[in-house]
Amino acid sequence: MHPLLFRIQHTFSVGVTSLSEWRGDVAVTVTRDKLREVAQFLRDDPGMDFDYIVHVSSVDWPDDEERFEVVWEFYSIRKRQRIRLKTRVPESDCMVDSLTDLWKGADFMEREVYDMMGIRFRNHPDLRRILMPDDYTEGYPLRKDFPLRGKGWRDTFEFLDEVQR
Amino acid sequence: MAFEDQRTTVYKIDPEHPESETLPTLRTEELLLNMGPQHPSTHGVLKVILELEGERLVKSTPVMGFLHRGVEKLAEDGTYHQFIPHTDRLDYVCAMYNNFAYCRAVEKLLNLQVPERAEYLRTIVAEVQRIIGHQFWLSAQALDIGAMTVFFYCFRDREILLDWFDELCGARLTTSWYRIGGVERDLTPALIDKLKQFLDYFPPKIDEYQVFLEKNRIWLGRTKGVAVISAEDAVNFGLSGPVLRGSGVDYDLRKYEPYSAYPKCEFSVPVGKNGDTYDRYWIRMMELYESVKIIRQCLEQMQEGPIMADAPSITLPPKERVFTNLEAMIQQFKLFSQGFDAPPGEIYCGTEAHKGELGFHIVSTGGGKPYRLKIRAPSFIHMGAFDHMARGYMISDACTIFGTYDIVMGECDR
Repeated sequence: MHPLLFRIQHTFSVGVTSLSEWRGDVAVTVTRDKLREVAQFLRDDPGMDFDYIVHVSSVDWPDDEERFEVVWEFYSIRKRQRIRLKTRVPESDCMVDSLTDLWKGADFMEREVYDMMGIRFRNHPDLRRILMPDDYTEGYPLRKDFPLRGKGWRDTFEFLDEVQR
Repeated sequence: MAFEDQRTTVYKIDPEHPESETLPTLRTEELLLNMGPQHPSTHGVLKVILELEGERLVKSTPVMGFLHRGVEKLAEDGTYHQFIPHTDRLDYVCAMYNNFAYCRAVEKLLNLQVPERAEYLRTIVAEVQRIIGHQFWLSAQALDIGAMTVFFYCFRDREILLDWFDELCGARLTTSWYRIGGVERDLTPALIDKLKQFLDYFPPKIDEYQVFLEKNRIWLGRTKGVAVISAEDAVNFGLSGPVLRGSGVDYDLRKYEPYSAYPKCEFSVPVGKNGDTYDRYWIRMMELYESVKIIRQCLEQMQEGPIMADAPSITLPPKERVFTNLEAMIQQFKLFSQGFDAPPGEIYCGTEAHKGELGFHIVSTGGGKPYRLKIRAPSFIHMGAFDHMARGYMISDACTIFGTYDIVMGECDR
């Protein structure tokens, strides 16, 4: 077992649902209520020291009970190690703690996840859409049930008629 | 009266008749200014709402997404091979590095080894692309700040390399030369000669660019001490590339998570001190010299060999065989219509592009299409620190900050 995973497993007896290592990538899945605690540990513990946020992503699993997965990727500049932190969110209560106060860079990244997947972040300073227009009401484009060609919005464009010969 | 110098005039108010005194009351209010989306120095369609106090920036709110094309959604609909041309359009100034980052990520997912010659070719072309990227950055940054001449000098030399790309893969900007498992075609001896000539020609030209700027009082005044960010903040914001190294953080994936032929080359990673725009400029200039060094070493060390991995279920057959051989044609057709069968799993793979860490997070559930593909675009993440870095500086410094991020909206909005 990877030493990082070993430490996490021994520090958190409850809340860690799975630990994995695949292709050299180390990943930890935690329950939603433990997310903040684990994140704080990852940042502040001298053995972990994950001071750099790489990205925040999200995955939609429509068939699962807890539909959405939020993924944070961290790096340690001093220790030169990487870790992936994941948590699951059900669709009915699509809310997860924001990590903006731990890593300021999470601000825009979490806004993007909200914009694309519709996952809300508790205590986020400015949770608005970022890539889609502010007044966009047709849902969240990266969800699997959002059609690839949009929801008919394009058909409302007023194109000029083709010139008749 | 109203135009007198406020600092020296002393006004006395008669306490008995305060209204009789013609006291000039300066009306102060915060001004909201929309910069962009059609401003030339926003490098594309970016809008920033600036809150101003006089000419100082109090708060700035970037408004992005004008160039959002839903690339991540498109990726879920096509096979892994079909996504390569989409990556060209991310950072359209430096398409090669995007191809490279994407192919590396897919190879990590497949656990596919790339032959050694292909690794060298990839490194050479990636470093050529880095030179192009830094030249483009320098010309744009200098133009934003008001130095026009450097622009022409940079573009003169950039043109040589773009023509070289044209000869290599048939396109100047949207190249799509990298393939999963290797590269599309080999360097011809003529191309290698041209590249060697360029390597001899180029280093004096870097000095030339510097001559224009390093003793230029306007340049120094507008870059030194402008948009300073401390090392802690830069790390906390997740900045990468020269913007992070400018603050003195030694973080370069080519060095610390070495890939391709980089571990076989000797090069140094320039690191700044003050975290200001000038340091970031200096780092990029030094990286030009380092790129030349890396290309030279790669050309020396490179041996003959295959340029595609030997994995027929994944890699595309050579084009000449597709047109002459039935099996190869069927293979090509199957790879493009169904794709190869990727193992289920999840990976993240970051690559040091010239802007910063360009990463791909791929989730696969098996089959020929990625289940989810997320692009970690350095420009997007740098924009997250814009408000922090711009606070307290002048409006004109906002242009400097766009420049110093080397922002490209195709990548930022995806």
